[in-house]
Amino acid sequence: MTTPLLEVKNLRIQFPTRRGLLTAVDDISFSIAPGEVLGVVGESGAGKSLTGAAIIRLLEPPGRIASGEIILNGRRIDNLPFEEMRKIRGREIGAIFQDPLTSLNPLYTIGKQITETILTHLPVSPEEAKKRAIDLLNEVGIPAAEKRIDHYPHQFSGGMRQRVVISLALAAEPKLIIADEPTTALDVSIQAQIITLLKKLCREHGTSVLLITHDMGVIAETADRVAVMYAGRIAEIGPVAEVIHKPKHPYTVGLMGAIPTLGVDVERLTQIDGSMPRLNAIPTGCAFNPRCTRTNEVGARCTSERPNLMPTGKTDAACWLYATSTAATKPTVSV
Amino acid sequence: MINSGKSGNPTNQVLLEVRDLARDFDVSKPWLNRVIDGQPRTILKAVDGLSFAIKRGETLSLVGESGCGKSTIARVVCGLYAPSRGSVIFDGVDMAKASTQEQQQLRKRFQMIFQDPYASLNPRWRVGKIVAEPIIAHGIMTDPTQIKQRVDELLTQVGLSPLDQEKFPHEFSGGQRQRISIARALSSNPEFLVCDEPTSALDVSVQAQILNLMKDLQRQYGLTYLFISHNLAVVSHISDRVGVMYLGRLVEVADTKKIFNRPLHPYTQMLLSAIPDLKMTGKQRTPVAGEVPNPLNPPTGCTFHPRCPYANDRCKTESPKMLTAADGGAVACHAVEEKRIPIELVA
Repeated sequence: MTTPLLEVKNLRIQFPTRRGLLTAVDDISFSIAPGEVLGVVGESGAGKSLTGAAIIRLLEPPGRIASGEIILNGRRIDNLPFEEMRKIRGREIGAIFQDPLTSLNPLYTIGKQITETILTHLPVSPEEAKKRAIDLLNEVGIPAAEKRIDHYPHQFSGGMRQRVVISLALAAEPKLIIADEPTTALDVSIQAQIITLLKKLCREHGTSVLLITHDMGVIAETADRVAVMYAGRIAEIGPVAEVIHKPKHPYTVGLMGAIPTLGVDVERLTQIDGSMPRLNAIPTGCAFNPRCTRTNEVGARCTSERPNLMPTGKTDAACWLYATSTAATKPTVSV
Repeated sequence: MINSGKSGNPTNQVLLEVRDLARDFDVSKPWLNRVIDGQPRTILKAVDGLSFAIKRGETLSLVGESGCGKSTIARVVCGLYAPSRGSVIFDGVDMAKASTQEQQQLRKRFQMIFQDPYASLNPRWRVGKIVAEPIIAHGIMTDPTQIKQRVDELLTQVGLSPLDQEKFPHEFSGGQRQRISIARALSSNPEFLVCDEPTSALDVSVQAQILNLMKDLQRQYGLTYLFISHNLAVVSHISDRVGVMYLGRLVEVADTKKIFNRPLHPYTQMLLSAIPDLKMTGKQRTPVAGEVPNPLNPPTGCTFHPRCPYANDRCKTESPKMLTAADGGAVACHAVEEKRIPIELVA
């Protein structure tokens, strides 16, 4: 196996509040191989965006990394001083955020913003930087790039702005891009264009992507592997086809059934009753146990002991159903 | 056709009919700026000549990308905007021509559910008061204990507890708030609900709960829905018929099965192929080109022609009319009429 580009080990993100310490991301570990697209899905509040923000160290205070390690290219980056981290952002890790209007500075032309990034990170002359900026804009499919480079963000439509943001993320040829809901603010036809573009560029540049989204369809089309998050923990992680078609964790099973699919006629969607617990009221044991329909198959362990990720064939699921001691007696789940 | 006064006529199959409906918005600059720059008024045609009918107990969905006029339609149908042209006919009564008294009687019979459950509930009112408002406003009940009992019933029906009456909206999650909105909409015993993106602010698992609830309620009370959404998968799940909108016009209306299996209009085909799907079949996608044009300055002829792979000269000059096929589906496209499009099967 190749050495992973990014390794996250036992990451825990906490928010100290007046009412006590809230753990938003609780002891998660995963890795991304070079050139791999890892999708992270989950419902709002599951901790997906925080995970992305922690890697690039843009956590809003009072949120902080309480423990764990983030290793990029064999180098630990979670404890670097601020200035060192600044050099990594943009150069080694690029970022694409949900709202393309707020991720661009409205007071500068897009050309200035892209050349600024290039000049900060790469040893090139301003002329070369401008030429590279035009090349980048051409690459992301902005027509008449030589002219458009002097335009301001408000002169672009939503889809075009997101293309500019992508060119900005790619400007210094980073090895990893963190894309946090890159298509959520866009219409479906534009979303399809942006996904296709992102996939093509990452393949050409060999860039790894951490793709954070709540849209399982986007993950299915784009990612190689997917991590499903629930209440700050990874419920299941594995190859995307396995997780979608043969989900193992009861939460993933419910989630897949809850998504209405074209061409599949069902009278009722599978519904997971209740909602995700609040951060100050995460149940003991497995965080999903109050909503889980299969706790009776395991017993008291679900409510008392927290499950870690366990191998279940091709995917890893954090569920006691797959504990080796019980696996012998339990039949495998068929979905 | 217009049999005013005979409301609630069960023989009337069509509950709501919209004829040649248009709504313009004046988005001109202030008068002085216009005079100085010598500019004419700028009119945005949000909805331009829309006609459709919804049968009793049916769900008609309108889909389209942002800015195509879906929400404007919902608001015109509910009477929140006055139409600039055309008419809304509810149960045989033309809303514009009805007397104030008649209108009040009709209003009771339709309600609306909005997209954002955070903005559509008054944060200073207790849930009991929010849900009871339509009952009091329409004078359906006057006795406070009776009203309270009815609110209890409604809350139970949408899966909340009667004890929730005393709470404020901020104490609930997004999905629960949308349940409160639904309870409020049901409180005047309506027959017709206009749902403007009721689940787009919700997570998938919660969305499934709300969609199931809406289907259950429809079966129980024989409700008729006008469902507005941009999510085609949700639409395919909930509706009987689907209307696809593009730049203020309907381009295709057909039964749900038909529109998803055999879309006729090039725009419908493009929309369907653009949805990322879970099946990962790696199917060939119709290349999605371009973006929605500026509605202030829509293209001539068929408004879709700059993005359409089948456009010819006629499409650039002549606006296509809605042509109804034998099976009840309707499509507005010259290329379909002239059979220039190879009919593809999107399975």
